[in-house]
Amino acid sequence: MLLEVRDLQVEFRTRDGVAKAVNGVTYEVDAGETLAVLGESGSGKSVTAQAIMGILDMPPGKITGGEILFQGKDLLKLKEDERRKVRGAEMAMIFQDALSSLNPVLSVGDQLAEMFIVHRGMSKKDAKLKAIELMDRVRIPAAKERVGQYPHQFSGGMRQRIMIAMALALEPALIIADEPTTALDVTVQAQVMDLLAELQRELNMGLILITHDLGVVADVADKIAVMYAGRIVERAPVHDIYKAPAHPYTKGLLESIPRLDQKGQELYAIKGLPPNLMAIPPGCAFNPRCPRAQDVCRTDVPPLAQVTEERQSACHFWKETLRDA
Amino acid sequence: MADLSKSEEAVDATPNVTEVATVDAATETEAVAAIEAPVQQGEPILQVRNLVKHFPLTQGILFKRQVGAVKAVDGISFDLYQGETLGIVGESGCGKSTVAKLLMTLEKATAGEVFYKGQDITKLSGRALKAVRRNIQMVFQDPYTSLNPRMTVGDIIGEPFDIHPEVAPKGDRRRKVQDLLDVVGLNPEYINRYPHQFSGGQRQRIGIARGLALNPEIIICDEPVSALDVSVQAQVINLMEKLQDEFNLSYIFIAHDLSIVRHISDRVGVMYLGKMAEIGTDTQIYDHPTHPYTQALLSAVPVPDPAAREGRERIILTGDVPSPANPPSGCRFRTRCWKAEDKCAEEVPLLAIPQVFVGKDTQAAHESACHFAEEKDVVHAA
Repeated sequence: MLLEVRDLQVEFRTRDGVAKAVNGVTYEVDAGETLAVLGESGSGKSVTAQAIMGILDMPPGKITGGEILFQGKDLLKLKEDERRKVRGAEMAMIFQDALSSLNPVLSVGDQLAEMFIVHRGMSKKDAKLKAIELMDRVRIPAAKERVGQYPHQFSGGMRQRIMIAMALALEPALIIADEPTTALDVTVQAQVMDLLAELQRELNMGLILITHDLGVVADVADKIAVMYAGRIVERAPVHDIYKAPAHPYTKGLLESIPRLDQKGQELYAIKGLPPNLMAIPPGCAFNPRCPRAQDVCRTDVPPLAQVTEERQSACHFWKETLRDA
Repeated sequence: MADLSKSEEAVDATPNVTEVATVDAATETEAVAAIEAPVQQGEPILQVRNLVKHFPLTQGILFKRQVGAVKAVDGISFDLYQGETLGIVGESGCGKSTVAKLLMTLEKATAGEVFYKGQDITKLSGRALKAVRRNIQMVFQDPYTSLNPRMTVGDIIGEPFDIHPEVAPKGDRRRKVQDLLDVVGLNPEYINRYPHQFSGGQRQRIGIARGLALNPEIIICDEPVSALDVSVQAQVINLMEKLQDEFNLSYIFIAHDLSIVRHISDRVGVMYLGKMAEIGTDTQIYDHPTHPYTQALLSAVPVPDPAAREGRERIILTGDVPSPANPPSGCRFRTRCWKAEDKCAEEVPLLAIPQVFVGKDTQAAHESACHFAEEKDVVHAA
């Protein structure tokens, strides 16, 4: 297994109290595999990714438990300088907003070349050639002419390609893409997702795709982890989850999106709001919004129950949910 | 249910708008009367004709001269009927938000007309314009920046009454605001809270309540749910549909999410680089699109069904949208179109029912601005 996250716990100590952002997350990704982490804002999906990358702001953040095994070694036990060698070279991240993730006063060529100079000790000249090669690879037209241009001279889609180029520069084993196409238009989103999927296949990388878009997930993921209030509520292969969700939250999400191919009736809406992370309800965090909630849901945190060999659901009533689906 | 009709009981003496004797006071009064009157049966409430907005590009500091123009909206026409929702979709930079600003008279149109109940709002001023503005309201995209953080919810929702005191007399305002909060599903006791005490979905409800305050007939919604989480999106969409039925509102719903637009719209217009590419009922546009751009757009939408992965044909467009400052000649989509021929570069295709479909009893017979219009279902898996 390329990456295994085991019972990860992250909290943020703020003036108002302790926000429990991640409360025991477990998932794994293998080489060549795409794991989609699905969740709403505040579900802890990005914080988990930042903890894996080692770019969590600490303080206020603090990893209070768990382990992150990457190629067999626990990243949380590494020293910062060892960690730095892993970051960028072995695993890389693509962010949502390419414009604010790129340095506005450095040309894109310089930013790409920097990767090779720092990690591979290349000369400036060789690094620049490498940068052009990379821009070609992510299909930026006229790469040779554009290598000296600055981020603001590129369109949103092109900037996201540069982000992908930068992440791929050192051919990492794992890519974490945090909402990589959320800021893009649909036609450009399709281009970028296609490119990412193709490069992933070519390099046999593991990909963690963090998103809230159920459409994108259905398009590219092999398996899904659905997060809610810092916990995984359901893990399953992609086909199973869309066919029959085993958790009421997943079910609600799938029913609340309108369809493109037919005009539906009134949308199903999950009532209420996601919980405040400083006051997560006791028992199952979803219980105040759940149509199936019973007394046990308000007192006992549901364990991740094994639905099938590859599938788990953290619901006391997963059998009933699955049967009704 | 809350009573939103104009309150007749004047508690305070409403500051009566004193008639300013102007030369065209008579025509102005006439215009106001037309605007306040109910819309004629069968007539559209809003008619947009060849609407154009060009933003000048200037050079030089002291002696500014115009060197070009960003053609944000370049000749758009459509109708809106009472009680219906017209969806406008398109990618960023296609001019859909500029259309919203023009309809709100927040921007001055370069050319063209917008008729509201027969009155051209681009030429109105004074009392008549004020009356129009009361009847066309807007809900904005970002519920975080469109509410003043230093005002209470009551002040935010009640502010429109300062400008249009005839809708709610002073002593009646608090009750009206509480009614509005109730209508959008918020606790009326929250009237003294500040925006930061609410979640994104609740803030959008506040924005909607503000839009409803003056009993408008048209609400323009510019990406009203795109900043919200999926589970909250559905709540807000359902609320908007409920309000439409309750108050017989007409919506112009601008969004880039094609699934949501289909869900809420009766008719849909597809914009590309300042022009309308195709317009029709939701069935016509989604199930029988004839413009290549619409087809590409629809085929690019990821469908939440992993089984459709292989079955669906994807049209992946190459390149980016050209700059609206220098749009291609002829058809604007031709630089990215796989059907483009010489004719497309020379002749601007008109928005009309394509010749091949004229007189045919098919859903494909709707307005589409393409020389080589052809029906193609890209939404349903083969």
